[in-house]
Amino acid sequence: MPYGADLDIRVTDSSLRDGSHAKQHQFTVEHVRAIVGALDDAGVPVIEVTHGDGLGGSSFNYGFSHTPEQELIKAAVETAKQAKIAFLMLPGLGVQDDIREAADNGGSICRIATHCTEADISAQHFGLARDLGLETVGFLMMSHTQPPEVLAKQARIMADAGCQCVYVVDSAGALIMEQTSDRISALVAELGNDAQVGFHGHENLGLGVANSVLAVRAGALQIDGSTRRFGAGAGNTPVEGFVAVAEKLGIRTGIDTLKIIDAAEDVVRPIMDGECLLDRLSLTMGYAGVYSSFLKHADRQARRYGVSGAEILIEAGRRKLVGGQEDQLIEIAVALAGK
Amino acid sequence: MTKATAAIVGSGNIGTDLMYKLLRSEEIEPRWMIGVDPDSPGLKRAASEGLIASADGVDWLLAQGELPDLVFEATSAYVHRANAPRYAELGIQAVDLTPAAIGPAVVPAVNLGAHLDAPNVSLITCGGQATIPMVYAVSRVTEVAYAEIVASVASPSAGPGTRANIDEFTKTTSRGIETIGGAARGKAIIILNPAEPPMLMQDTVFCAIPEDADRDAIAASIMDVAADVASYVPGYRLRAEPQFDDPTPVSGGLARVAVFLEVEGAGDFLPPYSGNLDIMTAAATKVGEGFAQRVVSERIPS
Repeated sequence: MPYGADLDIRVTDSSLRDGSHAKQHQFTVEHVRAIVGALDDAGVPVIEVTHGDGLGGSSFNYGFSHTPEQELIKAAVETAKQAKIAFLMLPGLGVQDDIREAADNGGSICRIATHCTEADISAQHFGLARDLGLETVGFLMMSHTQPPEVLAKQARIMADAGCQCVYVVDSAGALIMEQTSDRISALVAELGNDAQVGFHGHENLGLGVANSVLAVRAGALQIDGSTRRFGAGAGNTPVEGFVAVAEKLGIRTGIDTLKIIDAAEDVVRPIMDGECLLDRLSLTMGYAGVYSSFLKHADRQARRYGVSGAEILIEAGRRKLVGGQEDQLIEIAVALAGK
Repeated sequence: MTKATAAIVGSGNIGTDLMYKLLRSEEIEPRWMIGVDPDSPGLKRAASEGLIASADGVDWLLAQGELPDLVFEATSAYVHRANAPRYAELGIQAVDLTPAAIGPAVVPAVNLGAHLDAPNVSLITCGGQATIPMVYAVSRVTEVAYAEIVASVASPSAGPGTRANIDEFTKTTSRGIETIGGAARGKAIIILNPAEPPMLMQDTVFCAIPEDADRDAIAASIMDVAADVASYVPGYRLRAEPQFDDPTPVSGGLARVAVFLEVEGAGDFLPPYSGNLDIMTAAATKVGEGFAQRVVSERIPS
């Protein structure tokens, strides 16, 4: 069953949320207007705008925002002609008042993320989002760490709490081919008509587009990407690459392939501090199964303490850190420096 | 008699762990364990330790001829809100381990002395008990315009109540960072980590400090307060020296000190990784002992 009458699947671009990690949270209103304008014109149906770590993420632990995210959300809503503006929040970091404010500023899709074994901390937030009339999406982060049947049970918790689409989120870019489709299939089987299933990929093993195609074939109706890969780690599934492949495969995304290719080159790339690369550190993250957002933090602490960034990431993997534990990278670097 | 008598209301894991701590206390005699489920293992354990165990709830406790001097409430915020006025009416001082936040918030290493007469005190949250002392350690040396804490807790030690109301944790802890810790603005973050074997509770405290603050004095104050907390929470320790950083664009232009903590539980009943729960029962014991000394001293005719 397709997503709708005109779309086989719906794409959400996360350049202005996941890309916030790569930009070290220094987005301005001008950046947002430029990117939203170009993506909206290319037909991208949903654009996510928030601090990389979600509402309330501006902090010592994750990096302070240059411009308050609520102002960025407002600018995105004002700029978009057809696209819906989504925002992310992580229970334990953001609070319900943040959701209310984002909704007041015109955000219409509330995406709520938990580690993939902790879905039950999201219930009060899904409840509020639905009460406010928002569309809801749930993120099961670090999905590579759990087998399909565990993820399916966690997806059920989110769906029962009011989530309308549960995403398998490959935060570490560590899922490989069938590992993606097996997880999507398990969620589709569990949720049936109760909620849709989505996939959020990263490029840390170079598989963002391939995994996303397999996700669609397994029944995913929503796919995340970031134009020009603008995201954490080696970046996200490139929207322009995925759209081109989808067109060749006859999967309707509603996005104009040539326009999104131009937007990636002419609008998004100039705003990026650098390309999101599959280099030593980001490949190490996919290989060791480490949360992609740790990249810039590990790099910064490696320079601050004169230790190896790759060693910090490998230790983070060994300690089984989850998203949000950026503080631990400092302590790891201090310990490595003391050796 | 030199000890104050106490009832523990709530015979679950926290109440049971607290019982073992109180049984070692020089100041408190835990005499009653009150539950609502006759099959509660906590009631059986209490009976075998010689406590009077009842599954008939607070109604039964308060109908007895002899009432406790102190009550420790380890039920839920909802239940404590109903019980608190009844304790107060009977003059029973209450130590509240739930998030009900009825009485003034107390962190023993910081402000216990200020509330020894309070009819009811709140222990805030586990993250607050662990991190507010460090904010206080910095703010007593220099101005702290902003403090932020990250509490990482092993998934199995976060119960259903915490999970269903996680905003309560972040809001209550943030408020405590400000009102007791002394930061102008506070922020709290909680992370649940399912790693096996379970991780010990780990907390990081970031305080914004003026660029020219006396870093040696701050570090010394942190060490002193950490030792104070460790006197009643033996598993409380720093994992690294305090780390000082100059301002950068991603630090919001603020200089800061970062403190890295770990809390290993005493393993009285709860497993040692549950440092987040141990610090609550240990703080409750410390607060209760402060109350007990006052109760006992007032018994002696002048």
